[in-house]
Amino acid sequence: MSNHAHPAPTPLGGPLVTSLTKTMALLIAIAGVILIVRLFFGIGAVTNVNDGYTWGIWVVYDVMVGSAFACGGYSVALLVYIFNKGEYHPLVRSALLGSLFGYTLAGASVIIDLGRYWNTWHIFTPGWANINSVMFEVAACITLYIFVMWLEFSPVFLEKFEKKDLQKKLGKWMFLVIALGALLPSMHQSSLGSMLIVLGTQLNPLWQTLLIPLLYLMTAISVGYGIVIFESTISAIGFKRPFELGILAKLSKVMWWVVLAYLAVRVVDLVVRGAIGEAFKPNVIALMFWIEMAFFILPAVLLANEANRRRPDKLFLSAVGMMTGTFLLRINSYLVGYETGEGWSYFPSLPEIGLTVGIIAIEILGYVVLVRLLPVLPKHEAAAAK
Amino acid sequence: MAKVDILSMENLPGVAALEKRLGVSRRDFLKLCSGMAATLGLPASAAAEIAEAVASPAKRPSVIWLHFQECTGCSESLLRSEHPTLDRLILDVISLDYHETLFAAAGHQAEAARKTAMAENKGKYLLVVEGAIPTKENGIYCKVGGQTAIDMVKECAKDAAAVVAIGSCASWGGMPSTGPNPTGASSASAVLGKPVVTIPGCPPNPYNFLSTVVHYLTFGKLPAVDHLGRPLFAYSRLIHENCERRAHFDAGRFALEFGDAGHRQGWCLYKLGCKGPETYANCPVIGFNDLGEVSWPVGCGHPCIGCTEQGIGFEKPIHALAELKSVAPPLGYPKVDEERGVGATIASAAAVAALAGAATAATYNLTKNLGKNMAVEDDQPKREERA
Repeated sequence: MSNHAHPAPTPLGGPLVTSLTKTMALLIAIAGVILIVRLFFGIGAVTNVNDGYTWGIWVVYDVMVGSAFACGGYSVALLVYIFNKGEYHPLVRSALLGSLFGYTLAGASVIIDLGRYWNTWHIFTPGWANINSVMFEVAACITLYIFVMWLEFSPVFLEKFEKKDLQKKLGKWMFLVIALGALLPSMHQSSLGSMLIVLGTQLNPLWQTLLIPLLYLMTAISVGYGIVIFESTISAIGFKRPFELGILAKLSKVMWWVVLAYLAVRVVDLVVRGAIGEAFKPNVIALMFWIEMAFFILPAVLLANEANRRRPDKLFLSAVGMMTGTFLLRINSYLVGYETGEGWSYFPSLPEIGLTVGIIAIEILGYVVLVRLLPVLPKHEAAAAK
Repeated sequence: MAKVDILSMENLPGVAALEKRLGVSRRDFLKLCSGMAATLGLPASAAAEIAEAVASPAKRPSVIWLHFQECTGCSESLLRSEHPTLDRLILDVISLDYHETLFAAAGHQAEAARKTAMAENKGKYLLVVEGAIPTKENGIYCKVGGQTAIDMVKECAKDAAAVVAIGSCASWGGMPSTGPNPTGASSASAVLGKPVVTIPGCPPNPYNFLSTVVHYLTFGKLPAVDHLGRPLFAYSRLIHENCERRAHFDAGRFALEFGDAGHRQGWCLYKLGCKGPETYANCPVIGFNDLGEVSWPVGCGHPCIGCTEQGIGFEKPIHALAELKSVAPPLGYPKVDEERGVGATIASAAAVAALAGAATAATYNLTKNLGKNMAVEDDQPKREERA
């Protein structure tokens, strides 16, 4: 990984109390109140989930979308360590930090969403766990990946607190941690899709396909690159750092290929299965399908033009399109396209939305605080540390 | 013993001889052995061992069966077992040398048979005690052949290989020991001053007794027991844990009166005073009279009275609520009418729209000015140099 000379990561420094962090803290406080109500008065007291729609946005957004958005670390690690593209290495730490938050909070959200959260330990206890369940695979795999990611990220803490010996020892085993870090998300990101297969005919044919694990995996990888572009752009603006155009332009090309492949698989699958007719029915489901597809087509079209890949605004727009498309694929397949029978309905309640917003706020606040305190982002001589 | 297909034993000479001796089909006999191994919670290979031990007449142990303060319900229960040929088998599996109810002999002849069996099988016979033993005033309240129950049980236990107390009376005093206990009725272990294997119940399930005896016959030792001497295979679980009405308990569906709507629909009898939650026995698992699950008190619609349990059976009133040893009923129950979900409200739809709008606006604003007045770090020139 050191064939390429990159500026070493350093803490950004700068003020921790700003109007942004204060706003985020307020949103987190509101989410905290909702959480307390949920823990003491039950999940029915704050959410609109019911026996027909047992998974609301706390699972579908916080876990399905949240963990996909947290794939930056995974996607960049694939590129750097599996395809040996060392030039992307400066992106690893910040991508990993976002992933760390995304996954850790996704894991926490699942526990909050469990009706009997005090039984969570059953999942990890041999004899209690149902090892034949795809949910078990997801739960165990994500938990393991969270630990693996903390290990992958640990050099940052060890550097900060100057534990050289420990860092050296850990470094010997880092190849194993990194290998796991590349393997585990491939497993559970596809399993998140596999769970949909279980829903059978309750799920609209537009999403009910045996290829849905592949679709989930491909979008997870491509949105991983999208997220890196997104985070990098926001950091450049927010922390007044130079825009990492060279590296992001190259990254966007990788993303473009993945999203093209995704669109090809998606369309061929719809046509071969004969499900494409569903997309032309005059209903909300078909409309949502087209909106979802439009957001995937956006980066595919924008990035086809090589000049656009060198324009920060077009790069950013492609990243946002990629993220929105991924978001909609998950929302559509788990909620919009899912019909469990006559009379059932679901729409997130205000407290549900509030908690989800709070979780996003934790991610933003945590990212801001940690890049200021820990060596995450590469050092830029020109950048004014303000 | 290696893994044996029990049905392959049909052609063994011992099993064939047994068919002749007992007039029971070989298949039925082997099935019974498998059933007993299952009751004991033993693996399939044990069924073969049991079959071998039972089929070999040389191993038949002598059994001396004493009756004291009791109703003979335990013996009756054993005799009434409807399992094919069980009544005949019990007489052939063991050598029942003394049993006051089943004896053809009477008077001194009977007592002589007991003494002979004790002398002949010294240290090898199995002693079964049925009924409580009165201890007040030197035990004068129960005498057999002029001998008090205390003396008799002590005499018989002295040279016995093992002592089994059958029924609640012999196990812990049972009904005769209920207050004010005028005769000082005591359990076999209290009189003998040592722990014995107990098969409590009023009456106990005959298969629990039979399985204990067959275990002894097969493995030369009695099965594992708890602190009260009860075999773990039968008494380690609360009735509540395996009750077929348990789902009603968990869902909060209780019969409140005999004959009410809930009672007629087979709901949980806890509120009628069922002692299942504090009574250890396997009644719901094996039932009585080989009729399957319905054939036990709760299956028939009567609350368990806790007959196996000292301090509960015959002491707590039948209507009194049981102490919940394992689980308490939940604080809330599922609703009868399912809520089918709240659709979008104005507030929640507005919140989603506001979030989407804010994201769109932010993206638009960011994109509009992005790239202008911005430091850019680019490796493009470097690449060109290389090329």
